[in-house]
Order: sequence, then structure tokens, then C-alpha cells
Amino acid sequence: MRYLDEFRDPVLAKRLVAQIRRSARRSWTIMEVCGGQTHGLLRYAIDVELEGVVHLVHGPGCPVCVTPLESIDFAQRLALQPGVLVTSFGDMLRVPGPHGSLLELKARGANVRVVYSPLDAVDLARRYPDYQIVFFAVGFETTAPATALAVLQAASENLTNFSLLVAHVRVQPAMEALASMPDSRVQGFLAAGHVCTITGYASYEAFVERYQLPVVVTGFEPLDLLHGIWACVRQLEVGSAQVENCYRRSVRREGNLRAQQLVGQVYQICDRPWRGWGIIPGGGLQLRPEWREFDAEVRFASLLESVVNEPSECRSADVLAGRIKPTECPAFAVRCTPDRPLGAPMVSSEGACAAYFRYRTACTWCDSLRDSAVADDRLRTTAQRVREDTAAASVRRGYHER
Amino acid sequence: MCLGIPGKVVRWLCREGVAAAAEIEFESVRRVCHMACVPEAEEGDYVIVHAGIAISRIDPQEVVRFQEELANSKLHDEWPLTETAGGELP
Repeated sequence: MRYLDEFRDPVLAKRLVAQIRRSARRSWTIMEVCGGQTHGLLRYAIDVELEGVVHLVHGPGCPVCVTPLESIDFAQRLALQPGVLVTSFGDMLRVPGPHGSLLELKARGANVRVVYSPLDAVDLARRYPDYQIVFFAVGFETTAPATALAVLQAASENLTNFSLLVAHVRVQPAMEALASMPDSRVQGFLAAGHVCTITGYASYEAFVERYQLPVVVTGFEPLDLLHGIWACVRQLEVGSAQVENCYRRSVRREGNLRAQQLVGQVYQICDRPWRGWGIIPGGGLQLRPEWREFDAEVRFASLLESVVNEPSECRSADVLAGRIKPTECPAFAVRCTPDRPLGAPMVSSEGACAAYFRYRTACTWCDSLRDSAVADDRLRTTAQRVREDTAAASVRRGYHER
Repeated sequence: MCLGIPGKVVRWLCREGVAAAAEIEFESVRRVCHMACVPEAEEGDYVIVHAGIAISRIDPQEVVRFQEELANSKLHDEWPLTETAGGELP
């Protein structure tokens, strides 16, 4: 696929790996913020390739994972109401809540539907005027323009049966919370490429000035990721902390001004609770007062409930803060699997736990290299080692008996 | 959640405000996507699509620049920094 394949070239990837290894005179701890990047790093075994020189810790950049249980509980209550249809992205519907996941509720007769885009939910509102269509709006700044557009479209067509359950979160306040943690080990950040496509990266200039941590705007393909890591390592090696853009084909310093205008027209910044983190000041978006009629929490206020308890065994808060790797959680791959998740990071396609579960049981990229002309002994060795480690871990955990 | 897929703008369907939409081709699949955030894209351009809306136009010159930098035989030497903000590195 154009503009994807070019950034998956294994020869160039190996050269970048070699260059990073040459550049690093010590081991550096770098956090990739976005869950999409986490999956890319694990899928292509980049973390394994850079073992010993770069320690990658995985950030909170999975919006589904940080959506509070209270919001999920509210969505479930809505789905059980006659005449209400709850829609969202597939990931969100699979996250376990107090009464199972929304998809499990659908199996029991609730009105729930997966949509590809919030604009598809608006289309449902057009087609089913007798139903109240609620879109469960999760996502970072990348997704907010789409949901803002949905509100504007619904308003322009006077659709009174469309509303949003807003759970949008913002990345930079979470990075600030991370950088402020006394036990933070992070020495540099790979900023989320598609968030910065919308927001730009000018706002990170004050961040690096304050925390003296380099921030490198990074894409999602293997060469993008390696390029971003290399830029970060080079800054760390010379003791620099600057904002650097390594995803220039999509990201401009000022961001997408048209998208920012749409978001600003519909949303305003608010304090928002993040699952496992508590309230992050400025960590979310809420509908502006003039759009309250599209707010599901206003329209269905009587269904709002108070606190919902988290499963005690799930250590997703530590995973999302980069304190532990998913494999360090005692429940990982034993009592918590994608089929039976304890927490959202095991469910979401961007969750760190799901990435470890999926890619540490197979090293697809390394396997494909093994059969190609460009494969070398080191990569073969790596692929073998990953398989052996995974097999050993599976045996230790008894998961092979599944 | 922040997954973005590059696709080719095949045909504009509407260029009016919040209703702006175009037909986008992702290899062999075509889908109507919303274009309110990328009004500058023209047919033949590639855009990154997230959750049904285009969020950026891919700059082909930057792609070429990236590839040339990586293919450059000087890769093993000290590489000049990419675009920076907040001043030059020492």
C-alpha cells in the first residue's frame, strides 16, 4: 500500500537499528505515548532489536484504556433503555464494564452497534428517527474533529435524536502528569504523530523547556519509529531537550488549523478523570454550553450513577504510567487474556497488554525476514530468542494448556 | 484509536463546509470520506484518513526527502538533525 510499504523496508530498518546502537553510549529510557506506536514497536520487534541501548516504556496513549468505568457504566445503562441505540468504535464496545462489555449486552438484547466513524452514527440518526442515537465519543485530539463534525452535521439537519457521550482526552496534560511523577524513569518522549497532525507541536516547546525532556514527533511505521528513536537518542547523547518533528509528511508545526477550528467550535477543555490515574487537569474535552442539547449526560441525566469499583487485580494504571511492563502483572496471560480481559489495555487494539499478548507469541516480521534475501543471522537469532522466551513464559504461566 | 490510513483522493463529491466529502481509494477499496479538515487536497493527492475523516494531506516532497535521507550512504556518519523547534542542537 502506497505510503505504508515504503516505511517498512527491512534493509533501511536494519541500518537504522545499527545507527541507533552506534549512537547510544548508554541505555536510555524512552516512552512512546501512543498505543498505535506501542503495537508497531512490538509487532516489528523493535524493542527486542534495541535491547540494551533503548528501554521502551509504553505510555497512556490508548483512549479506550483510560475511559473511566463510570462512563462505560453509563453507556451500558443507556443501551438498556428502550428506544436508545448506543454506537461507538469496536474497541470501546469490547471493554469490560460493571455488567460485562457493551457487546455482551448486545448479545443479551441491548441496542448497541459498532460504527466506523461518528458520521455513520449521524447517518443512523437520519435513518431511524424514532430512536435516540448516542455515540460514545472516545479518543484523543485525533478523533475530536470527527465527533465535532458529527455534532455540526446533526445540528445543521436539526436531528434531535442524536447525542454524544463525550469521553475525549488530551495527550499533553497526561505527558505533563507523567513527567511530574517523582518515580518517572522517562528520559525522552516519542509524541503521537496523528495527535500532532491535528494539534501541531508548538505547544511542546514550553513542555521541553520546563521538563528538559526531548520530545520527538513520530509516526507509526517501523522506519518512522526507528527514525524517531534515533533522533531522541541523539538528543539524549548530547544532553539536549528539544522538540523535533520526524513525521513531516503529515505533521506541521501549527497542526491542522481547520480541524482545530472545528474542535474549538464544539468543545472546550475540561478536567477529566482518567481510568487508573484520577482527574487530570485539562485532560479532557467537553461540549461547549451552546451544544448541551447534544450531550447525552444532559439528555439522560437521570441514568447517571456514582462511583464504580475497578477490578482489584488489574494493574492497568501501572502499565499505562510505564511503571511496569504488562508481563510483570501477575494476571497477564493467566487470568487476563483478550478473551477474558480484566482491564481495557488487554482489550483495545492499542492496549499495551494486548500488544504483548499478541506479538510476544509470534514474531511475524522477523519470521518474514527469515525467508527473505535480506535476512541476517542477527535477526534470525532474535526471532528465535523471542520464540523461545515466549514459549518458556507460556509454559511458566500454563497458558499453553488453553 | 489514532489509526490513520493513507488513501488516494479519487473524486470530490462535495466541497461545501461540514458536508465536504470525497471518494477515497485504499488499494482496491473505495469509501466516501469526510474532507472538511483537508479542503486543500486535490484529486490524485493522498490523505490520511482517521475515523472516516481526512486529517491531513500527505506531503510527497517530505516522503522523498525522508527516503533520500535514509538511503543516503552517509547514514552511518553524523546525520544532520531534522526540523527542530526551540533552537539548534549544540
